[in-house]
Amino acid sequence: MSPGPGPSNKDPSNIPMSELHHLTLAQLAAGLRARQFSSVEVTRHFLTRIERLNPQLNALITVTGERALAAAQAADRKLASGGAPTLTGLPLVHKDIFCTDGVLTTCASRMLSNFVAPYDATVVERLSQAGVISLGKANMDEFAMGSSNETSYYGPVRNPWDLKKVPGGSSGGSAAAVAARIAPAATGTDTGGSIRQPAALTSLTGLKPTYGRVSRFGIVAFASSLDQAGTLTYTAEDAALLMQAMAGFDPRDSTSVDEPVPDYSAALHQPLAGLKIGLLREFFERGLDEATAKLVRDALKVYESLGAKLIDVSLPNLPLSVPTYYVVAPAECSSNLSRFDGVRFGYRCENPVDLTDLYKRSRGEGFGAEVKRRIMTGTYVLSAGYYDAYYLRAQKVRRLITDDFARAFAGVDVLMGPTSPTPAFDIGAKVDDPITMYLNDIYTIGANLAGLPAMSIPCGFLGGLPVGLQIIGAHFAEAKLLNVAHAYQCESEWHTRMPRGYE
Amino acid sequence: MSLTSKDVEGIAHLARLAISDAQLPDYADRLSKIFNFVEQLNGADVAAVEPMAHPLAGQTQRMRPDEIADSDRHETYQRNAARTEAGLYLVPKVIE
Repeated sequence: MSPGPGPSNKDPSNIPMSELHHLTLAQLAAGLRARQFSSVEVTRHFLTRIERLNPQLNALITVTGERALAAAQAADRKLASGGAPTLTGLPLVHKDIFCTDGVLTTCASRMLSNFVAPYDATVVERLSQAGVISLGKANMDEFAMGSSNETSYYGPVRNPWDLKKVPGGSSGGSAAAVAARIAPAATGTDTGGSIRQPAALTSLTGLKPTYGRVSRFGIVAFASSLDQAGTLTYTAEDAALLMQAMAGFDPRDSTSVDEPVPDYSAALHQPLAGLKIGLLREFFERGLDEATAKLVRDALKVYESLGAKLIDVSLPNLPLSVPTYYVVAPAECSSNLSRFDGVRFGYRCENPVDLTDLYKRSRGEGFGAEVKRRIMTGTYVLSAGYYDAYYLRAQKVRRLITDDFARAFAGVDVLMGPTSPTPAFDIGAKVDDPITMYLNDIYTIGANLAGLPAMSIPCGFLGGLPVGLQIIGAHFAEAKLLNVAHAYQCESEWHTRMPRGYE
Repeated sequence: MSLTSKDVEGIAHLARLAISDAQLPDYADRLSKIFNFVEQLNGADVAAVEPMAHPLAGQTQRMRPDEIADSDRHETYQRNAARTEAGLYLVPKVIE
């Protein structure tokens, strides 16, 4: 492994112990292998930072310090004896939507505020088998429903680039934790942009893989035809390392796809000469902040200098992706969240008078307002008399959007555009209008509807706030996306910037 | 389209959600905004389009062999339940 460009430009082999959080996962892995520092030292370093900095960020709901240190000791023994897997001894945080055996798994909801998962999600299990250590569980929008991390029962997460701003959502805690260097990487889930949008708003590399590439087993389900697990890291190189462990067939997820997993790290260094980049006309037309557009165009020029060709592409049905999503996702959510009944697990109301009262009050008191709105939206669009007009129609438009993408990929290798229409906004600015909030995901939702892999990588700053470039690939083109992202990160330094006060 | 508080009460009952009377107008207002927003979909020509439920073409729900794949863990699972007795989940009386 060659430790590539890190968040700091210092020589990783000379990094002082007080600056271990300046290193990427790849650099930490190399340092652990060279016995430059131990996993216990790395883990303790991040736990100390969590203790000091998490109170101002609210990025983590649960910290599992003792478990982490025990795992780090075991990792050091494995590293000493040789033959340990690549990720041995590297810490990260899991979004609190992943079930973690014996550890509180809340989904940032009062409904699950007392839920201790009885098993590990496949993602958690695979990363743990690969040697990764969990530092704790990251805050998020309740049941992953939100774009600002303001719907959490545990309170909003603050963006380390400006504590008055949101970190994006729903994987907002994961993003804030990595951006603030209290964890060197995090897992996330992306149903409509929930990895990419927070990555953009916090200057991180976010990867949402192809639908079915990473197992959904043990992930609290929101919208089953859209949900996909991925990563928030400093670099594409780090994302490749984690994806290698996370991706692959899982018999316990009936939508997991049995497709060979390529060597993601080996694919990083392919030259980009001749790469055909499609520019999504619809992304640059509607509602895009002009200054954001300029930064995205600057990034595209870097790709041109690497030998890529820019080709204008139109996806005429793409502007319908947000309304399509806000029928399909609530429909699936209303069905998935019917399992929370106050009986088998989760919150239960006091003194129910009968079974209906038990259901209604447990759910009414256990769910927050946005979750209730989505359940009701879904209930309505699936109800007799409205099913065809809303749900079936949305499923048909979903196909039109997917077909638009398929046509585009016949002529280009990747699609590019902005990740988010604006940089991070103020906490509280958009909570009163659901539609304004939903439109944050206008550029990201298309990839979920079509099941495509997509990334966001840092491409600059506006007034001190990060901006992301989105790269969308064809189904199972994660290796290509990581390659394309890595090439840019070899030419740029945006991903090496650290927020003030967190260096 | 504009939902009334009474409509919301009906939907909330179908979804088994207790919503207080005081909150009904706010839900009616925001849900109406959402339904008005998604009405854009009416502009799309979908006459000959097959509805899409799965994002990957040609994928079908896999069957698994009908074999026991898990051990008896009901005690662990029931630890998350609010009320259990003798291995059963307790709910308010259903039959008089």
